[in-house]
Amino acid sequence: MKQSSQSHSLLIRNGHLIDPVARVDALMDVLLRDGQVVEVAPPNKIRGGADEKFDAKGLIVAPGFIDLHVHLREPGQSYKETIASGTAAAAAGGFTTVCCMPNTTPVLDSPEWVTWVRQPQRGAVVNVFPVASATQASKGAVLTDFRALQRAGAVAVTDDGKPILNETTMRDALRTSAEINFPIVQHAEDTRLTQNCSMHEGATSLRLGLRGMTDAAEAVIVDRDVQLAQQFTGARLHVAHLSTAEALKSVRRAKRNRARVTCEVTPHHFALSDSDVRDYDTNFKMNPPLRSAADREALLEALADGTVDAIASDHAPHAPHEKIVEFERASFGVTGLETALGLAVTVLHGRQKMPFARIVELFTAGPARVVDLRGRGTLLRGSHADVTIFDPKKRWTFDATKSRSKSHNTPFDEWQMTGKIVATIVSGRIVYRSG
Amino acid sequence: MSTITKTQAAVGRSAARGSILGIEGMPLSEIDRLLQLARKMNPLKPRPLLRGKRVLLLFYEPSTRTRASFEIAAKALGATTTLILSSGSSIEKGESLLDTAYTLRAVGADVIVVRHPNAGAPHLMARHLDIPVINAGDGMHEHPTQALLDAYTMLRHKKKLNSLQVAIVGDVYHSRVARSAIHLLSKVGARTTLCGPPELVPEIAATLAPGLRISRSCEEAVRGADVVMVLRVQRERLAGLKLSLPDYISRYQITMTRLRLAKNDAMLMHPGPIIRGLELTWDVADCPQSVIVEEVSNGVPLRMAVLARALGKG
Repeated sequence: MKQSSQSHSLLIRNGHLIDPVARVDALMDVLLRDGQVVEVAPPNKIRGGADEKFDAKGLIVAPGFIDLHVHLREPGQSYKETIASGTAAAAAGGFTTVCCMPNTTPVLDSPEWVTWVRQPQRGAVVNVFPVASATQASKGAVLTDFRALQRAGAVAVTDDGKPILNETTMRDALRTSAEINFPIVQHAEDTRLTQNCSMHEGATSLRLGLRGMTDAAEAVIVDRDVQLAQQFTGARLHVAHLSTAEALKSVRRAKRNRARVTCEVTPHHFALSDSDVRDYDTNFKMNPPLRSAADREALLEALADGTVDAIASDHAPHAPHEKIVEFERASFGVTGLETALGLAVTVLHGRQKMPFARIVELFTAGPARVVDLRGRGTLLRGSHADVTIFDPKKRWTFDATKSRSKSHNTPFDEWQMTGKIVATIVSGRIVYRSG
Repeated sequence: MSTITKTQAAVGRSAARGSILGIEGMPLSEIDRLLQLARKMNPLKPRPLLRGKRVLLLFYEPSTRTRASFEIAAKALGATTTLILSSGSSIEKGESLLDTAYTLRAVGADVIVVRHPNAGAPHLMARHLDIPVINAGDGMHEHPTQALLDAYTMLRHKKKLNSLQVAIVGDVYHSRVARSAIHLLSKVGARTTLCGPPELVPEIAATLAPGLRISRSCEEAVRGADVVMVLRVQRERLAGLKLSLPDYISRYQITMTRLRLAKNDAMLMHPGPIIRGLELTWDVADCPQSVIVEEVSNGVPLRMAVLARALGKG
């Protein structure tokens, strides 16, 4: 990220500020200066001028959105995405901060690679916090040096794409997690039960003749991890892209026991279900797969009742040659940065009547807590000047060909949505403004 | 335009006229029409309906019956045939399915008949080609021409399909033949019972089509049936499941005793290849009610009808 040394101020006027941490849900002006929030006050109460003014009348002003789960594909897979293109897509989707996954080539398993990702030469337009790998080369055998990775700037560790299957390895990871207050992010899938599977096990997979992943393959790992996490006081477990009603039960139990267990849910899992997999369209193939309608209902309930901590896109760009192939041979994953807010407003607010304050929390304070992003996820005075401004009523149609991501593997092409990002501000500078 | 734009536009585009991708999406009127057309086809009296047409047979999996009958059917109509196997072609060098399809189109294919181990492979080809694609079996999904030839065979012995009681016994889960047969029988209004252990006939299979029943008792499924359709049980697949071969045989093998529970004039069908001593006994395979060999013969006129229709001649 480029930081200007020159003093700069930006006044956001007349917007409806929603800041769950500050318990604000009202018309407020926000003044940003030199990368910080310097004042929040009712309209027209902020004295003195600003270098730049933004009229947010009729718009919602929120702390900058944080995406805990994106694949930026660098190093090594820049034909799918780069840090520059992925963060441009993030900015267009209202995200001021993204946490990038380590399943790159090579895997982000060393402090050197964590540092490399964070270097300004990568051309990121939003904040990037790497999640490093939990085991060397994500092979599941030998743990990486969590302390060194943490010092280098990693906000968590994971072997995302693969689970940490071995129980001893997971126990050791959680023990260290407790010692250094560092989250372990688990892609919960018992891969011994999901060999050759390409979608959710159910009526649709049977009809299409595709081998299906059972909900148990996710739930058994979540259940095991939750139990392991509770053996070490202070251990932090974050369940990535949780997708089943069964797994939610374990997370709910852990939260009742006050264990430090958190979870995220993706927009595609709350917007779609397995019956949407039609005509073998590989843009509906991801892992975890689209689940049953009942699982989706359970996710919607958990998003509303506070069981779920964050909405995360699991933005997973893939090139055409990896997606326009036989369904069973296609890569898992869909892009999602630019459609996350639209889907949240359309599905969670429009259909489920979720208040905007809760939606904003799921994009801001919730994820900030999961990985301890201090001074982010809120616009309290002194916080980072990361702001997301969106029009909650704007109807629009997503056009995948106009995506800022290098890849276009989305199930939401041509979807009509309500709720559109108007401006994204990182460190007090507008990095995206809708045309 | 970029590749992405072109290929994305192709998603959701419909297959060329005359394509047969599955029975599930086929209207009943089309099924009737193909069955009527097949009755007019006589492999012994060739009609050069398709003279000058090129039929490409693209086989990514082994096949005896389907491949031979498509080839003979095409030749009986005066078409030329070219067989491409995945081994010995550029597929071995890593050419993708779509690039292979574009290549076959470029050399002048008028229709492509494809067998592929992945479900949905013919659908992918059909979305990207402007010539008809015929599914000759895709993974565990469908085998539409098998279901059509089975319906054709039933009609040679029974007046109507809509009053039939059909028992499908064996490995439904892994069977593309079963899926196509289930859709066809449901569309024509037959009453179908699926029978086998839960590992091979999961409860959820009842949702495949309207009017399906599931039975765990072979005797119950077969009793009073007009048609008993037996599906192959593959030893290697049983190995992965908590199911023993002797158990399967004792509970689900079609024996003469069990077959006698069906109607006196019941037909015994099997899409082949058969494993004598496993899903059926030796004597059942050869009993007077068995139409297993006739099914193979009927594959030729049925596939003549399919090819003629695909190329606008029926």
